[in-house]
Amino acid sequence: MIRKILQNHLHGRIFLCLLLILTLYVAFANLLLPSDHLLYVSTYTVTLLGKYLTYALLAIAVDLVWGYLGILSLGHGAFFALGGYVMGMYLMRQVGDRGVYGNPLLADFMVFLNWDSLPWFWLGFDQFWFAAIMIMLVPGTLAFVFGWFAFRSRVTGVYLSIMTQAMTYALMLAFFRNEMGFGGNNGLTDFKDLLGFSLQSDSMRVGLFVSSALALALGYWSCRAIVNSKLGRVSVAIRDSEDRVRFLGYQVDHFKLWVFTFSAVLAGIAGALYVPQVGIINPSEFSPINSIEIVVWVAVGGRATLLGAILGALMVNYAKTYFTGAFPEIWLFALGGLFIAVTLFAPRGVLGFFQRQDNRKSANQVGTE
Amino acid sequence: MSNLTGLQNLTRRDQIFKFLINPNELEIDTSKGDILYIEDLSVSFDGFKAIDNLNLYLREGELRCIIGPNGAGKTTLMDIITGKTRPDSGSVYLGQNINLLEYNESEIAQLGIGRKFQKPTVFEQQSVFENLELSMAGNKHVWHTLTTQLCGEEIDRCDEILQQAGLIEMKQLPAGLLSHGQKQWLEIAMLVMQQPKVLLVDEPVSGMTHQEMEKTAELLNSLAGKHTVVVVEHDIDFVRSIASQVTVLHQGRVLAEGSMEQVQSNPAVVEVYLGE
Amino acid sequence: MPIILNHSLIFLLLLFNLSVSGATVPNQTLKLLTSSSFDDKARAIEQLAQTGSETSERLLNAMAQGDLYYVKSNKRIVLTKNQDSKIQLTDAMTGEDLGLVSKRKVKKVSVNNKLRGQISTVISNFKLSHLDANIRLIAVENLMADASPEMLSQLQAMKQKESDPDVIDAIDTVTAFSQLKSTNLIQQLSAIETLDGHLNAEVLVRLKQLNLSSSNASVRLAAKKSISHIESKVSIFGHLETLFFGLSLGSILALAAIGLAITFGVMGVINMAHGELIMIGAYTTYVIQLLMPNHIAASLLVAIPAAFLVSALVGILIERSVIRFLYGRPLETLLATFGISLFLQQAVRSIFSPLNRPVVSPEWMSGSLEINALLSITYNRLYIFFFCLTIFALLYLIMTKTSLGLHVRAISQNRSMARAMGVRSQWVDVMTFGLGSGIAGVAGVALSQITNVGPNLGQAYIVDSFMVVVFGGVGNLWGTLISGLTLGVVGKFLEPATGAVLAKVLVLLFIILYIQKRPRGMFPQKGRAAGQ
Repeated sequence: MIRKILQNHLHGRIFLCLLLILTLYVAFANLLLPSDHLLYVSTYTVTLLGKYLTYALLAIAVDLVWGYLGILSLGHGAFFALGGYVMGMYLMRQVGDRGVYGNPLLADFMVFLNWDSLPWFWLGFDQFWFAAIMIMLVPGTLAFVFGWFAFRSRVTGVYLSIMTQAMTYALMLAFFRNEMGFGGNNGLTDFKDLLGFSLQSDSMRVGLFVSSALALALGYWSCRAIVNSKLGRVSVAIRDSEDRVRFLGYQVDHFKLWVFTFSAVLAGIAGALYVPQVGIINPSEFSPINSIEIVVWVAVGGRATLLGAILGALMVNYAKTYFTGAFPEIWLFALGGLFIAVTLFAPRGVLGFFQRQDNRKSANQVGTE
Repeated sequence: MSNLTGLQNLTRRDQIFKFLINPNELEIDTSKGDILYIEDLSVSFDGFKAIDNLNLYLREGELRCIIGPNGAGKTTLMDIITGKTRPDSGSVYLGQNINLLEYNESEIAQLGIGRKFQKPTVFEQQSVFENLELSMAGNKHVWHTLTTQLCGEEIDRCDEILQQAGLIEMKQLPAGLLSHGQKQWLEIAMLVMQQPKVLLVDEPVSGMTHQEMEKTAELLNSLAGKHTVVVVEHDIDFVRSIASQVTVLHQGRVLAEGSMEQVQSNPAVVEVYLGE
Repeated sequence: MPIILNHSLIFLLLLFNLSVSGATVPNQTLKLLTSSSFDDKARAIEQLAQTGSETSERLLNAMAQGDLYYVKSNKRIVLTKNQDSKIQLTDAMTGEDLGLVSKRKVKKVSVNNKLRGQISTVISNFKLSHLDANIRLIAVENLMADASPEMLSQLQAMKQKESDPDVIDAIDTVTAFSQLKSTNLIQQLSAIETLDGHLNAEVLVRLKQLNLSSSNASVRLAAKKSISHIESKVSIFGHLETLFFGLSLGSILALAAIGLAITFGVMGVINMAHGELIMIGAYTTYVIQLLMPNHIAASLLVAIPAAFLVSALVGILIERSVIRFLYGRPLETLLATFGISLFLQQAVRSIFSPLNRPVVSPEWMSGSLEINALLSITYNRLYIFFFCLTIFALLYLIMTKTSLGLHVRAISQNRSMARAMGVRSQWVDVMTFGLGSGIAGVAGVALSQITNVGPNLGQAYIVDSFMVVVFGGVGNLWGTLISGLTLGVVGKFLEPATGAVLAKVLVLLFIILYIQKRPRGMFPQKGRAAGQ
């Protein structure tokens, strides 16, 4: 099955191989090599790479709805953040009585706010399986409800994009309030362990890294499966000419709804893997600029390619790490300039050059299955 | 009053709830011979009355041509039938039992009404073959499109239609690379793939050569009988070569109906068309 | 040595003082003050009362507080202030500094309680008959807490000669208060009637007290009626105040959004740098104020056209260098302009500073208009509201009466047709973008008066501007104005119930839901071409 989906996509196969090699190497180098070895990979790097991989998964999610369905979502960061918050809630519950106030049930910020009992929506988050389900359910439900309202009333184009931005902005405002019960502007932090293992240990870090790589691989594969199927082709048709697709008998709203929801779930999973690696989740993850940055990653790499999204996410975030370390003043200039340059000069992104050749090859092979 | 009828509708014994009905499987009742009933249809845009108490009946299997000057309401009529525009008053029935005004565009398409647009609206980024695949009749639900693959039969059918349309060579090319005439043909092919019961064809031969026009006329004639075809056209020669019945629209109303000769000798039509 | 110096100083000053008749207090009275007999001092107080001058008032105040002394040697009346172990002397009449002396040189003009009472009566009488109505008003209001019967009769006497309606009203209130406490039923009821509808907070308190304490049912009934009457007035005025704040906020939103509506409506361009253009306008105000620090009052009037020009130029630059290449691709334009907004934000941070910059409000904009005790309207918000309406009126004139406006409207409805008719669409685009950006700059000037000017100013208003445009319908002046005002009012009315943040969230939700019903906003563009 895996081979079948990717049999026309050499690049996809190469990518997965590279990912596998990278994962094995990093795991090996960090856990088994001594720290002064030439090929050693520091735990800091492991975490950084893991973070990049979750960003790559997030980028794929956005490419799916934007590149292939034509919905420019300026609020996908909200789904990422929601997944992150769910994971954060689980991790908070795991802290137990090792928090500053030593309350076995209540998190520190709850004690600080003089609450005497756990709010109802925190119940169940001490179980990993529950948290795992909620990681997918919470962003998915929000996407479903939002999409149901938006797509049914045929809101499209820029209006829809503005609506998504308003959604994430509203969530940001809401989560900043202390009374919401999610830590207010400090967010959730000071995590101790996950599934019983300490978050600080090397093996846990590597474990999270490997999970991120796995999630990315699965995410890529599932998106590829969608894109290659008729569903993907209908989506592309919707992107190009929505009305025409309606007249062919397809319920366009349903298609949009399901793809959008699936993409939100992917983003939520990415967020859930992100939080244990960076150790904190706070409401600024909901800020509109985060969501717009994701779009830039996809645009830089080349949209409607999936691999381009991954490439873009890695490139831009690496640049960000480098710049904010070396020349922090310049980073925002560089980011702004990147937006402008990509939209003006490279609308098809880095992979735009390779895209044309890939199209011809796959066009020759489609329909002869 | 309407609340009461709404409540009565809810508790009717002879109908299933609408949302449980799959439009694909709905049987059209054509026992009386007519497949499309359009009665007292009216619609106006910002005060301009585009359709004014229009009455039109389509017999099952006929090939009808609708002609009329610009602004007569031909395209608007098609928009209403396919669900793109909501009329202000009147009714549109498919067969005796299906009220088209209750359905949206996708459902109407699934009920069996296919439309070819004035301007070719093929999917330019996708290949010719993919365009046909998208139009193929069948289950159009999300899950189905994700999980099922084309079977050999379906692929053969596509190839056959492409052969007829003369597009078999360009099967894998992006549709955007086709010429205008070829795009028109692709769109007709897509329409045929949908296997609709009623075909609404809006200006099929604009921009075509004589040979192409002949081919188109042939195709449309062959489709009539099994399907009901409605053609909107300006080119009178083309209309003459295909039509059995002609309806002339003018200012949103039916001006005249009949065979080509009857219509051409009608003084009102002559006046409107200035001697055509 | 210093003592000799002091003495000679005092002597010289005394000579000087005698030649200057600034004080209207006769020497006779001063002599009485220095006597040790309390009766003498009482008489002195009476004489001072009759002069009615400010100096007398000062003297009496000092006396009551125990700060009035006289120099033993020459019986000169002085005011004192303790300075370490010595005393700082100032002449009571002229206020001249007489230097430091030891405590033994002066003696207090002592008073007893009786004298103090007399003094306070005299002083309040002074206030009651002051020339300035405001001071009289305050004097009467001070008596609301408690007024002796003599005071009351004095007030009644005063009322006969009083011309100022507010003061008369206050006198009636004071009289009514004391009547409330009387045992006479008729008096109580008439007092309640007098107080009915009064907006002074004290009135409500008294009436409520009466309601609780009175044993008479009819009194309680009357009191309750009065209370509910007052409370309904309170709520009405409260709502009016909220309405005013809502309109004010709404006018700012509308002003901020109108530039966006123009560029989106005409060119289909979503300009995410719009917030930064507003910010640039605010910073222009700051710079103008730096350049003309002595003319703050005029600075705003200069800033308005300046901000318009600066923002318009920046906008035109953006259009020519970036947006022009992205026509027909609204989503790309959105991204590119977002990049520009980041760029501008960082530029401002580097040029000025990441911190907020202070912008001063001119004199004529501060203060407020008091309509009654419950409702006062701040001038700055009032001016901004009218400013906003003026700008809209101007825009309306431009759109309907000028050829540019005609071209703009033509292009927004059907670009290709307009071009076919000879309208230079590129030129119009540049002008339109410049106009929209310029208006944003002007909005920034208005914003600088009520909010902090910093690099993040734009970000705070961009989402709101979008909401206004999307809600009101695109390319329509009325739509933007009404939408902005509506959103401002709705937000403000929600605030007391839900808090500012939640109110904002609810407004956003409301808009998202409204768009479901009417995807094109309240006042959409009409016509078949508008759909594209």
